[in-house]
Amino acid sequence: MQLIRRILSPFLSSARDLLPIVIVVTFFQLFVLQQPFPNLEKIILGIIYVMIGMTLFIRGLEMGLFPVGESMAYAFAKKGSLFWLLLFSFLLGFGTTIAEPALIAVADEAATVAANGGMIVNDEAARKDYAYGLRITVAISVGFAILVGVIRILKGWPIHYLIAMGYLGVVIMTAFAPKEIIGIAYDSGGVTTSTITVPLVTALGVGLASSISGRNPMIDGFGLIAFASLTPMIFVMAYGMMI
Amino acid sequence: MSFLADLFFTTLATVKDVLPIVLIIFGFQFFVIKRPLPNIKKVVIGMFYVILGLSFFLIGLEEALFPLGRLMAQQLTDPEFIRAGLDSAVEVLQWSDYTWVYIFAAAIGFSTTIAEPSLIAVAIMANDVSGGSIGARGLRISVAIGVAIGITLGVFRIITGTPLHYYIIAGYIIVIIQTFYAPKLIIGLAYDSGGVTTSTVTVPLVAALGLGLASTIPGRNPLLDGFGLIAFASLFPIMSVMLYAQISAWRANKKSKNSAIQNEGGE
Repeated sequence: MQLIRRILSPFLSSARDLLPIVIVVTFFQLFVLQQPFPNLEKIILGIIYVMIGMTLFIRGLEMGLFPVGESMAYAFAKKGSLFWLLLFSFLLGFGTTIAEPALIAVADEAATVAANGGMIVNDEAARKDYAYGLRITVAISVGFAILVGVIRILKGWPIHYLIAMGYLGVVIMTAFAPKEIIGIAYDSGGVTTSTITVPLVTALGVGLASSISGRNPMIDGFGLIAFASLTPMIFVMAYGMMI
Repeated sequence: MSFLADLFFTTLATVKDVLPIVLIIFGFQFFVIKRPLPNIKKVVIGMFYVILGLSFFLIGLEEALFPLGRLMAQQLTDPEFIRAGLDSAVEVLQWSDYTWVYIFAAAIGFSTTIAEPSLIAVAIMANDVSGGSIGARGLRISVAIGVAIGITLGVFRIITGTPLHYYIIAGYIIVIIQTFYAPKLIIGLAYDSGGVTTSTVTVPLVAALGLGLASTIPGRNPLLDGFGLIAFASLFPIMSVMLYAQISAWRANKKSKNSAIQNEGGE
């Protein structure tokens, strides 16, 4: 009995997390659009997959991703080598962003916008170059953000100084950037933080803040993700100005 | 059979996304830290669960929710549908005629955020670090409310065609002001919850909504005006989480004051 409950309870909590979507979609389909569901079995099956996926993901998070992030943070703090820690931080940000599928999609769309706007030559090669350049730009900006964010944790600077500076950067850049790039730049901040990056980076921040004396994991540990979603906006607008 | 093929290819794609991270982690572990990871077996199994779980998650979304959600966004933003809901036949639609679009924007923003895996991860972490004083559920609900408000306002912006940066800059100013008044412990977490809300579940549906609107409203360019909803969805949760923390702090304060008064009265 206890075993069954232990296996079932994470599934139930995933079901509870999905319930709002199911209610919203059902309500709009049946009452607002007043249409029957197209292939209902497929939809129910899909929802079961999502539930299985969510349950596995959360289990794996607690077993794998969180411990890895935290144990690496402890190891770096113990080793005391600033250079390697900073290199690791940069690569973690860069490496997780460059392969991000959402970013690839946004970069391709941005290339189309740029080509239509006459910012670049409208052919396949030029668009590809532009999209690739944009992806590299965003990946460097995220690497840079994690690096600066880690320095912040080490020094104990308050997070809002960094964020306020980032906001100021965004506002100043908005005044000078070409109009076509602004929407894309603003959105690129949101798409960079993927489902695998977030737990790793959060665990790294919290791990560092709890292994350095005088830092509070709650005050100093969070904030890495926030800065990493600000810098891409600034860097992408700069990219738009240079090209 | 087609499910197995789907699972295989999606897993392959997920592995490809994860590969750079795995290489960086193991590279540093072996060449710089030079010590094996503690509980290596458990960690590897955990990583495997994460990859398999994400693959299942993505397949399920592609099978069930995304096609339906995209179709829904398209149908709801269709001018024919919006005219059908009005009493009089009008030529030019006003921003106030889009009632169902606003309701849909808010509902879909809220519900996809509740199911967002990265937000679940951050909420679990915050719950652990704060020793349970920041509850995972309360945090997620306040983030979801923030996203709902943000996307609704973003939709209003697309419909009215006002410039994106005015809203964002105004939002920044509010965030900075709130920072001075919010409890110190919540600030980093509140900023982070802005960035994590927009990933696997929210982005495809919200993008479909923005694109649907921008391509049906005369005078909008889908490539220019379709963007920007994600920026709204990552700004407003910062405000709602700080507000949530402020309200919790006020209530705790009031309670302790009340009980202090009662104690004094009792003596």
